[in-house]
Amino acid sequence: MSMMLRGLMGACAMTALAAPAWAETLTIATVNNGDMIRMQKMTKPFTDANPDIQLEWVTLEENVLRQRVTTDIATKGGQYDIVTVGNYEVPIWAKQGWLLALEDMGADYDAADILPPIAEGLSLDGKLYAAPFYGESAMIMYRTDLMEKAGLEMPERPTWDFIYDAARKMTDKSAEVYGICLRGKAGWGENMAFLTSMGASYGAPWFDMEWKPQFTGEAWKKALTDYVAIMNEAGPPGASSNGFNENLALFQTGKCGMWIDATVAASFVSNPKDSTVADKVGYALAPEGEKPQMWLWAWTLAIPSSTDAPDAAKKFVAWATSKAYTEQVAAEEGWANVPPGTRTSLYENPAYQEAAPFAKPTLDSIMSADLKNPTTAEVPYIGTQWVGIPEFQALGTAVGQQFSAALAGQASVDQALQMAQQIAEREMAKAGYPK
Amino acid sequence: MARKISDTRRWGFTILAWGVALLIFFPILWTILTSFKSEADAIASPPKFLFFDWTTQNYAEVQSRSPYFRHFMNSVIISVGSTLLGLLIAIPAAWSMAFQPAKRTKDLLMWMLSTKMMPAAGVLIPMYLLFRSWGLLDTRMGITVVLMLINLPIITWMLYTYFREIPSEILEAARMDGASLKNEILHVLTPMAVPGIASTLLLNVILAWNEAFWTLNLTTSKAAPLTTFIASYSSPEGLFYAKLSAASTMAIAPILILGWFSQKQLVRGLTFGAVK
Repeated sequence: MSMMLRGLMGACAMTALAAPAWAETLTIATVNNGDMIRMQKMTKPFTDANPDIQLEWVTLEENVLRQRVTTDIATKGGQYDIVTVGNYEVPIWAKQGWLLALEDMGADYDAADILPPIAEGLSLDGKLYAAPFYGESAMIMYRTDLMEKAGLEMPERPTWDFIYDAARKMTDKSAEVYGICLRGKAGWGENMAFLTSMGASYGAPWFDMEWKPQFTGEAWKKALTDYVAIMNEAGPPGASSNGFNENLALFQTGKCGMWIDATVAASFVSNPKDSTVADKVGYALAPEGEKPQMWLWAWTLAIPSSTDAPDAAKKFVAWATSKAYTEQVAAEEGWANVPPGTRTSLYENPAYQEAAPFAKPTLDSIMSADLKNPTTAEVPYIGTQWVGIPEFQALGTAVGQQFSAALAGQASVDQALQMAQQIAEREMAKAGYPK
Repeated sequence: MARKISDTRRWGFTILAWGVALLIFFPILWTILTSFKSEADAIASPPKFLFFDWTTQNYAEVQSRSPYFRHFMNSVIISVGSTLLGLLIAIPAAWSMAFQPAKRTKDLLMWMLSTKMMPAAGVLIPMYLLFRSWGLLDTRMGITVVLMLINLPIITWMLYTYFREIPSEILEAARMDGASLKNEILHVLTPMAVPGIASTLLLNVILAWNEAFWTLNLTTSKAAPLTTFIASYSSPEGLFYAKLSAASTMAIAPILILGWFSQKQLVRGLTFGAVK
């Protein structure tokens, strides 16, 4: 009896010890943003349904993540089973064979529900290479009280001239209220995200069809001149150091009349916990020039081809980007907190429309973004606020430094554009364009 | 005979010293204060120094989101391990260079130091490929060896400087009394150089604790130290300064406390041999 009991207990102990060894661990690299952090806390339904899969999260700052994941994927290090990447990287990495195609995502996945402009940016040769977790475009967030005080009414999609006029009228420097806050900090994902899309709206592309840089053209001169002029006249002091977060802080503390930036900012400025102007914010579509200002970004989950757990990884990606996950977030944290900008069904949901006053301009902005035709001229690249070539990160930052210097008054607009042209010509020649 | 200093000068120097000390310490103080603010207070303009609603919410959130103690233990193991391993190699090396110099010893020392000037990013890919081939990615052993190697020139240089201050006659006397090489280093040289070795140890533990390039690139989760813990709290979209400050305070607290308690030893070691 005692021998048998001991044997049974031993077997039980062995089983208990062996259990974790059977479990497959998925290492997921992600950025630190609200939606991603929320997902980390809400994975219980997935791990309960898949006890053989354990999740290990690696959260990193965006630029560190980009460098770390690129190194690992390019060298086939196999450290990550799932990576969080932007729609800028997806087509480039898919072309290199670094990502697995996301086919057979399960019967419930409903890939056709993904917003067409988002799906298009994540596909290569008709195959989806990353599943969108959240998507964003750009829009205008403005102070309704200041707009009223200025005697103006914001159109659904204003022109750039209306924006400049409103910015001047809303500015009251003695009360530290500035009519407009725009990104000025140098960086391909900072000031160049805004200026690339603003330039495109003015009809200014980065390159012509022969990959020749276009910074010395009239359209770029007009766009940059207007940007520098309005920021000097109606922008906050030290604007050349302001990125997304600095402008967010300014807007939340009531110092900006208008802010044109990513749609994701709407949920921050309308949150009374952090924003002193939460009840006085209005939304409008990004301005229109020769073309409407377009912007399209998505944080996505992709599976590196070096993973040793492709099936488990696909299972998790399908769950995290599913409609069921959206409903889970809505049930636990409210509809206003669900990851936006990826699925048509979300914007058809009356509960979401009611909880998120910014839902319609967000959807309209995303739907109007055309990755292949961002500006009036024909271009050889895709991208609205970025250019879909591997060299853009370095090139965008180098050009951004010139434009930031023009905003800071360290260079004239002409000098900045001339320098940008020289830098772009040199870098493109070095990279062997046209290819 | 000590020079007499007037009271005015003494007060002047005291105030200047406190001013400089406060200036150096201010970023750390500001980080600690910010960690007790709400995100809205953290970005308030004009900045709020002491009069804000103090909260420990950021610490609670950081605790609930990240396995702090796993990162902490990894930092301890990696920094102490790499320093001890480095001392094991550097003590005999520094002994040889200080007491048995060859024709090219000076050149060798300069070359060792020059390797510190090489940009780390330049060797990232080869190192990554080696680590991948040897299965060392995200292992404590791998990152310990790397940190030992990158700090080895500093450890050797520091020990070499300390050893040079010890009269070689003492070692010769030990040799004449029949001490073997091992005994000479272990029982004669090492006890005399304890302040120097202690300060080398402390300084290198601090350097290894703060190292962020290799630890961020060669570890992922299992061997990730506190540098990766801090890196996870910076956000491109959304306010994060208060939470990042809480994470930074938690990451620097252990090394700050260690530095505080060992400052006498550290200063004594660093100024060892400075006055003849």
